[in-house]
Amino acid sequence: MIPAINIQQLHKHFGDLHALKGVDLSIEQGEFFALLGPNGAGKSTLINLLAGLLRPSSGSLQVMGHDVHAAYAAARLALGVVPQELVFDPFFNVREMLRFQAGYFGRGRENDAWVDEIIESLGLADKAHTNMRRLSGGMKRRALIAQALAHKPPVIVLDEPTAGVDVELRQTMWEFIRRLNREGHTIILTTHYLEEAEALCSRIAMMKHGEIVALDSTRNLLNRLPGKRLKLSLSAPLPEGLRALVRSEQGRDYILAIADTTQLELILSELRVAGVSIEDMQLIEADLEDVFVELLS
Amino acid sequence: MKTSLSTSSNARSNLLGTWTLFKKELLRFWRVSFQTVAAPIMTALLYLLIFSHVLEDKVQVYPGVGYTAFLIPGLIMMSLLQNAFANSSSSLIQSKVMGNIIFVMLAPISYLGFYLAFLAASIIRGLVVGLGIFLVALLFIDLPLAHPGWILSFALLGSGLLGTFGIIAGIWAEKFDQMAAFQNFVIMPLSFLSGVFYSIHSLPPFWQQVSHLNPFFYMIDGFRYGFFGVGDISPFISLGVVAGSFFALSLLTLRMLKSGYKLRG
Repeated sequence: MIPAINIQQLHKHFGDLHALKGVDLSIEQGEFFALLGPNGAGKSTLINLLAGLLRPSSGSLQVMGHDVHAAYAAARLALGVVPQELVFDPFFNVREMLRFQAGYFGRGRENDAWVDEIIESLGLADKAHTNMRRLSGGMKRRALIAQALAHKPPVIVLDEPTAGVDVELRQTMWEFIRRLNREGHTIILTTHYLEEAEALCSRIAMMKHGEIVALDSTRNLLNRLPGKRLKLSLSAPLPEGLRALVRSEQGRDYILAIADTTQLELILSELRVAGVSIEDMQLIEADLEDVFVELLS
Repeated sequence: MKTSLSTSSNARSNLLGTWTLFKKELLRFWRVSFQTVAAPIMTALLYLLIFSHVLEDKVQVYPGVGYTAFLIPGLIMMSLLQNAFANSSSSLIQSKVMGNIIFVMLAPISYLGFYLAFLAASIIRGLVVGLGIFLVALLFIDLPLAHPGWILSFALLGSGLLGTFGIIAGIWAEKFDQMAAFQNFVIMPLSFLSGVFYSIHSLPPFWQQVSHLNPFFYMIDGFRYGFFGVGDISPFISLGVVAGSFFALSLLTLRMLKSGYKLRG
């Protein structure tokens, strides 16, 4: 099967800045894929190149087998992009914007039923005739997502879709996006909420300084950090003998990395000997944030 | 077979995409028609009232043509040109500054389709404003229509030329200040010094020569010829200059759009 996205040796320079340094990436059709990385890692540059908003310095990008430049029309028809910024056209209402957006992609009146469906599914029904200017931030975000879906693209890119969005919208939105994924749409997500990526995505790429530093299934990435995390709140500073285990600390709150639960007894006895009492204790599994910190530090 | 099907599907998408962008651009100016249509008509009428009141009995530019009658075609054409320019330029700069141009940039509309949509909307706004001034002016004075074909040709070519110029300005400018500079230091002087209010034959020889370098002069003179059958120069020369300028600017615009200048980094 043709990959939904195929990127080979992609380089992008902005003057002296080498923003992307030979990125290779293939995303299969039907995947729920996350692109993670700190600010300035190159995620948005990669998405803008995919959408044809930027031109690569070298390398190739294909969407559903169509070259983003040589066959730009077919590539753009296959792609829906939710931009990161809350942009909108102040002259029109939600329904008008969606119809225009579908029209730009060659969809006419026959597409109206789909437009109604996305308005309904994203909770925009009572705002369909409201001017875009009058929408709240969350509603504008919903409208942006709806615009990206207006032409029913097989590949959907969501660039930080939940930034500044309340819990209710997040749930409505992810429910809808999950449904699209079950129906066969490929979803590519960038987010700063790592728990979202962990819960939703089957595969993850982590970027740093314009390169992909990790590309694996979510499960394999989580397995990279075996063991558990011990979260402790202590009455006094941690004894020196345990400092080698510290992952992070804040005041007298510590997170220690432990290989297995047998190590617990040793830690507790060391604390007892030092006369340090435990005010609170929690044993937690390593999560994507730990992997992220580990890989990018 | 698959290739030809997908090619025809892409062509249909592009056609409908262009049509949608054109409709959106029309609706955009129509939604604020007090500002985009009524206001320029009002401004032109104020010029007409003031200048005709002051100069009607004192100036006769062409034999048998009163000053008010002489002035009206010039005012119509000046407003038509300014509004054709304003339509494409303001739409593009607003979309760029607000960021919503991304919605069009993500779509599979070709650079030619993009150009045609903005061009056609600009022409229509120019014609609507021009027609509005013409109809209101008819309440005050009977205007001859010696050669309607020339009137229509110059109206279409003039609004096309300025609509194209507006696209170039809209792509080039990065902030409202730059656009205002373009409008106030290029468009306004060229339109005011083009013979809207006078015949260039009333100017000293040096300034007559300078006026021949102003493309607005040819648009206004050719347009006025369509009403009175008389002008400062042959309408064929004016048509050649205006059509040539339109063709050259269109090529430049298409080249800018194809290269993604200031739109696709």
